Amino acid sequence: MDLTNEIEEMQVVYSRPKSFTDVQTHYCPGCTHGTAHRLIAEVIDEMGLRERTIGVASVGFAYNYFDFDWVQSPHGRAPAMATGIKRVLPDRIVMTYQGDGDLASIGAAEIVHAAARGENITVFFINNANYGMTGGQMAPTTLPGQKTTSSPNGRDVELAGYPIQTAELLAILQGSSYVVRRSLHDPKNIRLAKKAIRLAFEAQVRGLGFSMIELLSICPTNWGMTPTQSLAWLEEKMIPFYPLGDFKVSPELAGLKI
Amino acid sequence: MTRELMKGNEAVAEAAIRAGLQAYFGYPITPQTELLEWMSRRMPELGRAFVQAESELGAINMVYGAACTGARAMTSSSSPGISLMMEGLSYIAATEVPMVLVDVMRGGPGLGNISPAQADYNQIVHGGGHGDYHPIVLAPASVQESIDLTARAFDLAEKYRAIAVLLTDGNIGQMMEPAELPPMQPVLTKPTSWAVSGASGRERRILTSISLDPPTQERTNIRLQKRWQDVQASEVMYKEYYLDDADFAVIGFGSAGRGALSAVRTARAEGLKVGLLRPITLSPFPTAIVEELTQKLQGMLVVEMNSGQMLDDVRSIVSRRIPVEFYGRMGGMTPLPEEILAEIHRLVTGPLTVNGHPRDRWLERLSSLN
Repeated sequence: MDLTNEIEEMQVVYSRPKSFTDVQTHYCPGCTHGTAHRLIAEVIDEMGLRERTIGVASVGFAYNYFDFDWVQSPHGRAPAMATGIKRVLPDRIVMTYQGDGDLASIGAAEIVHAAARGENITVFFINNANYGMTGGQMAPTTLPGQKTTSSPNGRDVELAGYPIQTAELLAILQGSSYVVRRSLHDPKNIRLAKKAIRLAFEAQVRGLGFSMIELLSICPTNWGMTPTQSLAWLEEKMIPFYPLGDFKVSPELAGLKI
Repeated sequence: MTRELMKGNEAVAEAAIRAGLQAYFGYPITPQTELLEWMSRRMPELGRAFVQAESELGAINMVYGAACTGARAMTSSSSPGISLMMEGLSYIAATEVPMVLVDVMRGGPGLGNISPAQADYNQIVHGGGHGDYHPIVLAPASVQESIDLTARAFDLAEKYRAIAVLLTDGNIGQMMEPAELPPMQPVLTKPTSWAVSGASGRERRILTSISLDPPTQERTNIRLQKRWQDVQASEVMYKEYYLDDADFAVIGFGSAGRGALSAVRTARAEGLKVGLLRPITLSPFPTAIVEELTQKLQGMLVVEMNSGQMLDDVRSIVSRRIPVEFYGRMGGMTPLPEEILAEIHRLVTGPLTVNGHPRDRWLERLSSLN
């Protein structure tokens, strides 16, 4: 067998999604933001949505890495900004990409009311149990006892209250169509997360109303662990408090084969 | 078209709709609420976007989103609600997307009351949000002028990719007057080089107010400041009354300016050579005409429904070249024409001084009355 034949027999099995820009991310080594980004970009490619998708970032820098239109909102206000865009351009696909301090703390009112109104938008909620971008402070998702730069002795629930289980909270609102929690800690769960991302966009395409995926994620730098240790910590500590599962699935989505 | 009896708030709402408003987002607050209520009925029946937001924070950020698509978008509120919107206003100014804001001012500070005031002058004119930016601020004194300036606000916002504010108050918003609405304009989304709509057949667009690189952010600031110079050069509006032969002038905007006009007319009937300058654009401020008046008048009286917020801008032009006096009412009080007339008499009879601060003299007089 000569070399030419060998090359011809090779297949491309992995390439950059069209919905990605050709730049390197600024995320820390091991961070699962990159995984979440990639899954979203792959689904947008597969569904052919790139040219009609508008992303809304609330701080963070997600817009640097996706090759479609983006706006950036003030911290926490992404669901309100997405509402403004979707109401004017109802045939576009509007998504927000939000963190936990952002969505579950400063933006708690905006997310609850976007869900209650049944805004036909898709929300990606990265839960890594701390304020990652500002250097690891306590977030509304920080676990009881978890040490952060602003809970140095561990989160004391007597002083700082309890973490918020966002997916469960939003699922009870009648306006939500698809609310699930997935995790990015191993290949099996990453595959399940991708399937959920697909269903969330399917919900929006079908006009079913508010969809949100909470993605349990790691933050090795701020957690003070290696990426491998972080993945184990997520599985051992976060999943018991933030159980994976479907909290709301619109009947129109239940039988969907994807 | 014929003149109809209309309430200020409702007239502004309908004027915005007729100017091609595509998206309205608001939150109830007195004395602005009729505007929201009018929109809640009219916008859906015209197939346009309306949302009663969860808060003023929600409303201004919905406007931000809609404005990023290039649509004509607006919100309205009253003083405490406007304070809540300041975050979004700064972001919108920095992102250089056009929008219209209506502020129907009420008494403050704090929760204050629901009576008319003009104490948002500094918050609006000098930018209550963080950073360097200038909104275009229009101050109507009647229902008709509210209608006319609403349409103008949309045009100016789009021309300069800026925030245009209709700064009215509880008097103008709640009063009913005969006025004429313009005909309905078609809704047009003009193609722009900047709006987001989905990256179909073009490069992606990113609308953001962030720039982590200080030199880049400074260039953005320089662009905003230079654009503001263009606004200052081209968009100043004011009204002059009886100023041709005047020795003294009253300066007041909005409903305080309207009350001052009644007082000036009475003074004229008494044979006093007094005129009125009523700024319509508070930002850009009518600096040139104030300078011109400084050179020919013997004194000025600034009348406002606050503690002399515009007074500071007038004094920065006049300096101590001629005496400037001040009369204001605060906390939801409207100065009546007879009060202003008494101040005109004081101005004309003197003695006047360029020393001290007019606010100190006014406060002493006001304290002795209360």
